[in-house]
Amino acid sequence: MLRQASPQSWTDGIAVEAKELVKDFAEKRAVDGVSLDVPTGSIFGLLGPNGAGKTTTLRMLLGIIEPSSGERCVLGHTRPIEAAHRIGYLPEERGLYPSMNAREGIAFMGALRGLNLSVARRRADQLLEENGLGEWAKKPIRTLSKGMAQTVQLLGTLVHEPRLIVLDEPFSGLDPMNQGKLERLIRSRAADGVTIIFSTHVIAHAERLCEQIAIIAAGKVAFNGRVDEARAKLRPIVRLRTRERDGPWRSVLPPSARNEGGEWIFELPKTGPEPLLKALIDGGAGIETLAIERPGLHEAFVAIAGDAAARAMATEPEEIAQ
Amino acid sequence: MKELLRAAFVIARRDFSATVLSRTFLLFLLGPFFPILMVAVFGAATTPMSASDRPTVGIIASSKDYQQLQIARDRLQDTFGALAMVNIQQVNPTGRPQQSGQVLASARPGYVAVLEGGLANPRLVGSVTAQSGTAKQLRLMIAEARRATTGTGDEVNLPVMLASPSPSAPNSGAQALTARGGQSLLFLLTLLLAGMLLSQLIEEKSNKVIEVLAAAVPIDSIFLGKLLAMLCASLVGIAVWAAVGAAAIAAFAPTGLSGLPPPAIGWPVFILLGVVYFAMSYLLLGSIFLGIGAHASSAREVQTLSMPVTMAQVVIFAFASVAVGAPHSNKAIGAAIFPLSSPYVMIARAGEVSDLMPHLVAVVWQFLWVALFLRVASRIFRKSVLKSGPAKRAGRRRPFGLLTSLGVARSGS
Repeated sequence: MLRQASPQSWTDGIAVEAKELVKDFAEKRAVDGVSLDVPTGSIFGLLGPNGAGKTTTLRMLLGIIEPSSGERCVLGHTRPIEAAHRIGYLPEERGLYPSMNAREGIAFMGALRGLNLSVARRRADQLLEENGLGEWAKKPIRTLSKGMAQTVQLLGTLVHEPRLIVLDEPFSGLDPMNQGKLERLIRSRAADGVTIIFSTHVIAHAERLCEQIAIIAAGKVAFNGRVDEARAKLRPIVRLRTRERDGPWRSVLPPSARNEGGEWIFELPKTGPEPLLKALIDGGAGIETLAIERPGLHEAFVAIAGDAAARAMATEPEEIAQ
Repeated sequence: MKELLRAAFVIARRDFSATVLSRTFLLFLLGPFFPILMVAVFGAATTPMSASDRPTVGIIASSKDYQQLQIARDRLQDTFGALAMVNIQQVNPTGRPQQSGQVLASARPGYVAVLEGGLANPRLVGSVTAQSGTAKQLRLMIAEARRATTGTGDEVNLPVMLASPSPSAPNSGAQALTARGGQSLLFLLTLLLAGMLLSQLIEEKSNKVIEVLAAAVPIDSIFLGKLLAMLCASLVGIAVWAAVGAAAIAAFAPTGLSGLPPPAIGWPVFILLGVVYFAMSYLLLGSIFLGIGAHASSAREVQTLSMPVTMAQVVIFAFASVAVGAPHSNKAIGAAIFPLSSPYVMIARAGEVSDLMPHLVAVVWQFLWVALFLRVASRIFRKSVLKSGPAKRAGRRRPFGLLTSLGVARSGS
């Protein structure tokens, strides 16, 4: 049952809040009790393989579809459409009128979000110039390349200067140069205090950009918090090469340690690096190299979401990040 | 409400511009002129043929008798029309007893029969029977010619005066003709133009713009905007056609419409109401068509829907037509209350009854139904079409695939 809460019952300083969102379709439960808190002015990543429920969650947050149960509050409104003028949304599948020219396409999207048409046109011209598409302003969108059309749509998402930007798989289909431009744009908007939510199945983007992430797998939130918190779920990894193949030093290694091509890989013991180092030296290991690596988001993702989700992510075409 | 109307205006402006400024709109404007052009071209070619195709009767008679017969024929033609009358052509009498046979046998001009014996002792010879139309017409012509000769019953003086009938009396008079004409024109225009709304959301669904729209504005605004845009485009078309029609009448038939009985409510108000009721009829049917068409995912599905939708319109028109000639009958009132037939009934009423107040009530009533239809259509659209979910699978499609999810939503995660 969908409950409607008054804006007063929602948390201050949180741009987007979802409580136990559920979405059922005839054949399956697409989203199963998703709860999120997106702090105002943060870059928030929704991470998960295709089919995990990211897009459905975003659509519920934006009011495009109604949840089967649960609540959400977007910029202080329990009906997201009421905050539409302050939201910019770039859907996963880009949608533009091909017969419109780039300038009118951007201005139209601004007008939809409450911008006066003449102001929207002026801003469209400015945005197109700034992004190197000035000479394409009067060209029909159908004549633009895919990358250009995606840029036009992105500019249409930003033209009304929203306070919340929701980007569904924004890096999909962009070349490395444009991915870099988009990352810079996301950072600059966030620096202006704009809240940004984006979904991605490419961990590298989330790792570089996000302060907070939610890992979604099979419609459920497997993790919701800061990126360093996700990483902290795992112990640092030790990579060790020794001159001696065997000896008393072997008893120092944890039982889960594995040898890959002469290199020992294991989690750093809770006692820390110094006791480990001392025991290895005392045990006559003959240390050749020893590296302590902080686990990346990918390892954290595998640990949190499971191997199956990680494999699903790995099998998807991954964009080359900047 | 303000935001709903603002957003609807933004969408209407885009759709109207995209429609009216396209090349296909020019074709749309020219569409109604194609049949007229066909009639002009082929009509011109067929007119002399049809005159010559009518049976011709050779008249073996003196010039005096033939002239009287010709005058009688012309008089009858004024009443029955040129196409209904047989042709006659004089053949000078030679006095030979076999003349009729020879005339019939001649290849040109090819008589169907020959009348001999003049007006005094007429006798028809040819491939016609006594009960044939040709024989009956010649009897009538001869009788008319004889009456002219004797001076009795030559012309009938019949002054015609036009007056409004008693409200309780069945009106099968002149104003019913105007009422029927107005109703038929309204139906024809709605039939031609409202069907376009079936395909109005196909573009947004195919190019994925629908998700951008649905995230930015209420679905009600999308529907209202599209409806208003197409109504305005249709009114532009009607204005162009009306202007061309008026110019053509002014140029070729300056008194062309003067013979039309004036509607009870007067021409200016009747025309104004015609525009209003066209708009209401368009909005009423259009809101339903938009809702139905929104579920179609391809042009093929829209085409499949067109026929039943057209048939439904014909049924509505048939229902509304009961009001003509009996504007105060229970049937007429019932048809005026039923929202879909209401505009047709009310325009017919304007032709026959001069009261204005019922029109005000009817417009408000119809407007409420437009709002209701739009609301229901947008609700259904949001619930059944604008949804995310897994891709439809082969063999599991619902009939016509109408209630399957949007392409934009299918690929989402």
